[in-house]
Amino acid sequence: MNRQIERWRTWVWVLPAVVLLVVFVYYPIVDNIRLSFFSWSAFSTSPAFVGLDNYTTAATDPVFWHSLWNNVLYAVISLIFQVGLALVLAAVLEEVVHQRLRGILRTIYFIPATISITVAGILFSFVYNPQIGLLNRALGAVGLGSLAQDWLGNPQTAIFGVIGMSQWQSIGYTAVLFVVAIQRIPRELYEAAKVDGAGHVRTFLSVTIPLLREMTTLVVILTMSGAFLVFNEIMVMTAGGPSNSSQVLNTWLYHNAFLTDDMGYASAIGTVIFVITFSISAAQILITRRRRVQW
Amino acid sequence: MVTTDPTATIPKARQRRGNAIPANRGPGLRQAIGKWLIWLALAILAVLVIYPLLWMVFSSFKDNGEVFGHPFGLPGQLRWHNFVEAGNAGVVRYFTNSVIVTAGSILTTTLFSAWAAYGLVRLNIPFGGPVVLLLLGGLMLAPTVALIPLFGLLQQLHIYNTLWALLVLYTAFRIPFTTFLIRAYMIDLPPDVDEAAILDGASRSQIFWQIILPMCRPILVSAALLQALFAWNEFVFALVFLSDSNLKTLPVGLMDMQSRLLTNWPVQFAGLTMAALPMLVLFLIGQRQFLRGLTEGMGK
Repeated sequence: MNRQIERWRTWVWVLPAVVLLVVFVYYPIVDNIRLSFFSWSAFSTSPAFVGLDNYTTAATDPVFWHSLWNNVLYAVISLIFQVGLALVLAAVLEEVVHQRLRGILRTIYFIPATISITVAGILFSFVYNPQIGLLNRALGAVGLGSLAQDWLGNPQTAIFGVIGMSQWQSIGYTAVLFVVAIQRIPRELYEAAKVDGAGHVRTFLSVTIPLLREMTTLVVILTMSGAFLVFNEIMVMTAGGPSNSSQVLNTWLYHNAFLTDDMGYASAIGTVIFVITFSISAAQILITRRRRVQW
Repeated sequence: MVTTDPTATIPKARQRRGNAIPANRGPGLRQAIGKWLIWLALAILAVLVIYPLLWMVFSSFKDNGEVFGHPFGLPGQLRWHNFVEAGNAGVVRYFTNSVIVTAGSILTTTLFSAWAAYGLVRLNIPFGGPVVLLLLGGLMLAPTVALIPLFGLLQQLHIYNTLWALLVLYTAFRIPFTTFLIRAYMIDLPPDVDEAAILDGASRSQIFWQIILPMCRPILVSAALLQALFAWNEFVFALVFLSDSNLKTLPVGLMDMQSRLLTNWPVQFAGLTMAALPMLVLFLIGQRQFLRGLTEGMGK
């Protein structure tokens, strides 16, 4: 009996973590799913049960679909830059560049990742600004002045302006993750490739890429779930505008919850985000559990 | 990008095979051009990455005329008063709030996570498996999904619109990541140290504070740095759960300031520079620990 009590007393060590997680992470997320079946506003006293109405609203709401599309766009472009280009960048840094310079370049490329999204977002809204912005002036300087425009004020370009900023901020971050993974590949494999007469490109394709599969999967997953969690940069740079052209799911949730006070609908959007991001993460765990490369 | 001729990098093999390519010129030249192109690409990328930040710093010393007239130039003089003005416009207050929340949540997050990791790795607590699953699930949950219920919950707890709200949330949402980070490190520690201590009659908390925690120091530093990066930059919770402008942290405060100052560009730039600096300095000092934390935390 005393033994049992003694054994349970060790729970003291995990208790704060478990309590905080259950109360502030799990309970709200479960509650969000429940609330998505009700129609209510922040000031209404009695939420009314409406079944799947909020989800039907979503299905027939063009802005909802446009937001989802923008998230997908975000994911695709980010995959090209933050996985594709970053991988090439990491390989070039590791294989071609001299040691000392390599460190300096790595640091430079990583610096934007240390800056908050708000700072980066405001800074880029200045870069895109038609009055003082660097972008239009730089275009003018290289003879492309006809392309100059109000990048964030134009519904056609606003979302790409935000996505562009995001690539600037994150490409160095993922490149560094790849660099670390490349450094873990045993040198002998590269020596062997060299002896077999493989050039840089060949080595990259047949040694680096296959052996980085684990890290690549991880970065793909991170990039994709990141693309569905986008919020801060949109709020700072465009607030979803002009005329909802740059809304994403998260900002559309925020808009419905705190601006138009349709909490039930916002909860339904939240549940959609939950399903998407949870599936992506679950896929990651299943994939990485199955094929962990060992050496 | 790189030269595609496989023989270019291995002159010996080429000589052995004695193929038709002239011994010196061709591949050497091609390799040189290839290398030169790579350098050019790397340099252009470095400029693209760093230039907006330099522009930010330079512009924070300019006056409005220079911001418009000489966007690419250096400031004519160092106008420190831009920073004073930005400070008075709210940056100092936001900065203080950010420091409080960041420092506080570093303390609570690393402490609770280290406790949990100790319980899971060393004490073999009952139902440890489900706790690990609970933490794993916590890694996968998106903060915005909890936003609406949290709004009500924090009001009921009377911590809505206080810095406590941020402290609690920044801790709760980061415990899963931080615990896994520390746990992965603790698993690799040799078990015989605390076995010896138990024989000497040391209690569990003595072992934790005097043996385990000091041994975990490198990973605790990484964990603290990553938590600092997170808390300093967090936006969603700070936007929704603080309404009082005196309580705003930097990310939300800066956005506020942007709409207030409108076209007072140099002061805006000065505010951005002040907000960006601490994490930049911290990163340059603790680069190693940063990177270890990032990659360790991802792998396990």
